[in-house]
Amino acid sequence: MAISVVKAGLLDTIQDMGRNHAGNLGVNPGGAMDPYAARVANMLVGNCGTEAILEMHFPGPQILFEQNALIAVTGADFTPMLDDQPIPLWQPIVMRKNTVLHFPKLKKGARCYLSIHGGFYVEPWLNSYSTNLKAGAGGLEGRQLRKGDSLTARESFIYFAGLLKQDRNVRILPWRADPEKTYRLPNEIFVVEGNEWKQLKASSQREFFENNFTVHPLSDRMGYHLKGADVELLQKFDLISSAVSFGTVQLLRSGQLVILMADHQTTGGYPRLAHVVSAHLPKLAQLRASDALQFSVTDIQSAESMLADQEKELQILRRSCIDRLNELVCTVST
Amino acid sequence: MIIFLACFEFANGLTGKNFNLSAEKQTLDNPFQIFPLGDSAATIDLGNAISKSLNAKARSMQQWMEDHPLDAVRDMITGYSSLSVLYDPVEVKKKYAPKGTAFEFIRERLIEAWNQSGDHPPRKNPDTIRIPVCYDEEFAPDLELVAREKGISKEEVIQLHSERVYYIYMIGFLPGFSYMAEIDDRLVISRKANPVTVAAGSVGIAGRQTGIYPLLCPGGWQIIGRTPLKLFDAHSMEPVKLKAGDEVRFYPIGKNEFRDYRQV
Repeated sequence: MAISVVKAGLLDTIQDMGRNHAGNLGVNPGGAMDPYAARVANMLVGNCGTEAILEMHFPGPQILFEQNALIAVTGADFTPMLDDQPIPLWQPIVMRKNTVLHFPKLKKGARCYLSIHGGFYVEPWLNSYSTNLKAGAGGLEGRQLRKGDSLTARESFIYFAGLLKQDRNVRILPWRADPEKTYRLPNEIFVVEGNEWKQLKASSQREFFENNFTVHPLSDRMGYHLKGADVELLQKFDLISSAVSFGTVQLLRSGQLVILMADHQTTGGYPRLAHVVSAHLPKLAQLRASDALQFSVTDIQSAESMLADQEKELQILRRSCIDRLNELVCTVST
Repeated sequence: MIIFLACFEFANGLTGKNFNLSAEKQTLDNPFQIFPLGDSAATIDLGNAISKSLNAKARSMQQWMEDHPLDAVRDMITGYSSLSVLYDPVEVKKKYAPKGTAFEFIRERLIEAWNQSGDHPPRKNPDTIRIPVCYDEEFAPDLELVAREKGISKEEVIQLHSERVYYIYMIGFLPGFSYMAEIDDRLVISRKANPVTVAAGSVGIAGRQTGIYPLLCPGGWQIIGRTPLKLFDAHSMEPVKLKAGDEVRFYPIGKNEFRDYRQV
């Protein structure tokens, strides 16, 4: 079934949860900047977690659905609307064909996710649907969406027309995700110490945690540059290149800090001062240019615990969504 | 928008005066360090050095890890002399480590890999790969600068660059970007202060390394030639032609041969 891009947004790309087992080719995992919002978007419409979703920045696109569909919008609040009707985030929505999804206003956050029941279909590249802009591969032809593009979603078994009231184009289904806990205290980002943390001057270590950094305007899917204190090493040294990860906080030659984000390169040789905990990557991904950011330290055990707690909640949500969707579909067809 | 600052094909050993990056002797009681890269990855570091034996050991360990796979591992990446494992810590704990942290389990696994693996991977790399390079001015914007700074002629730069066999230590930074070392002492030169746009196939040098940019991108290495070979092809069955452990030798070709290659 076809979905067409009536107007392209600033940066709309097909993503999934990342491309694994390709690091030794220099191909990094990529994937959704906000993994929580991306996964919840799929869960709300009863998709497998590995289905492709659309990641959007503001200004968002205008998208025409040529058939009835079940969708969900999660992540940043770009005030999503279906034609002239505002729709809620974090909730599944049945919509009638020939309706346009658009995003008139930015309210909060940086990345918004769209899922569709059945999943967007693009040719996988190295076993993933994620768009690798550098390689020009994956996603839709390795690039961001343009006006006139046509996306495909897999056929759905659900009889949507039966779910819509005759005079209505939209039906908001009665279950939703509650993301409050995940995005609580949005500017407080937990990190664990990196291997080169102890090479920092004591004064710099203090500044690292006491300072309010701001996200520099030149930040993007590759990395966030931070404005704030200049951080100094006890002495200069060079490191040979080795792997880095999403959330690694590097110290550049200039004394500036950069947080590697989803499209980071696979390896680097800058000192690794700290690493953002995975449970806080969703919050981090929703910070915009000029937003403030303050680091707090934690240990590996706590970081793993936080992620395990988040995962437990997600699994409960997933099962609940599947149950409620099945219930609804069965009710309609009997 | 391309961010120049975060995109860095790191050049090692370039400020060689301050420290010694040539093969460090590993001590028996401190052969490696294992540390987390956050909560979902860990690295075993065999030494901050450009060393063929450390590199072979890192790749051998990766082979062992692949032969003894773990469900929760998302990827493994070898650096110059390190191996990193990216994993799902929740899955690791669920499947393998109900007590203790996922990191501790992975660390033990890496220690086992270090103990059980041989000095080098069992698969032998193919014979030296010959790579044609055109060192003509049109493709070598920094050749003159390098010659001048090193006080040698352009012909000598070309000869010194193309007469030796290089070992590929790792692929990183970009899809298919190969880090090769060590270039002749007489060519060692710093990377540029600021990166510029570099054509696909460009051959660069920086510090003790040489390498080939597989894609058009910002780059900071000194560009002394270009190869007509396509080293990264997203749509090929084998997207990246070179691998860590391969040996490479550049051979000079003229502009006409460069153009003919393109037509093939």
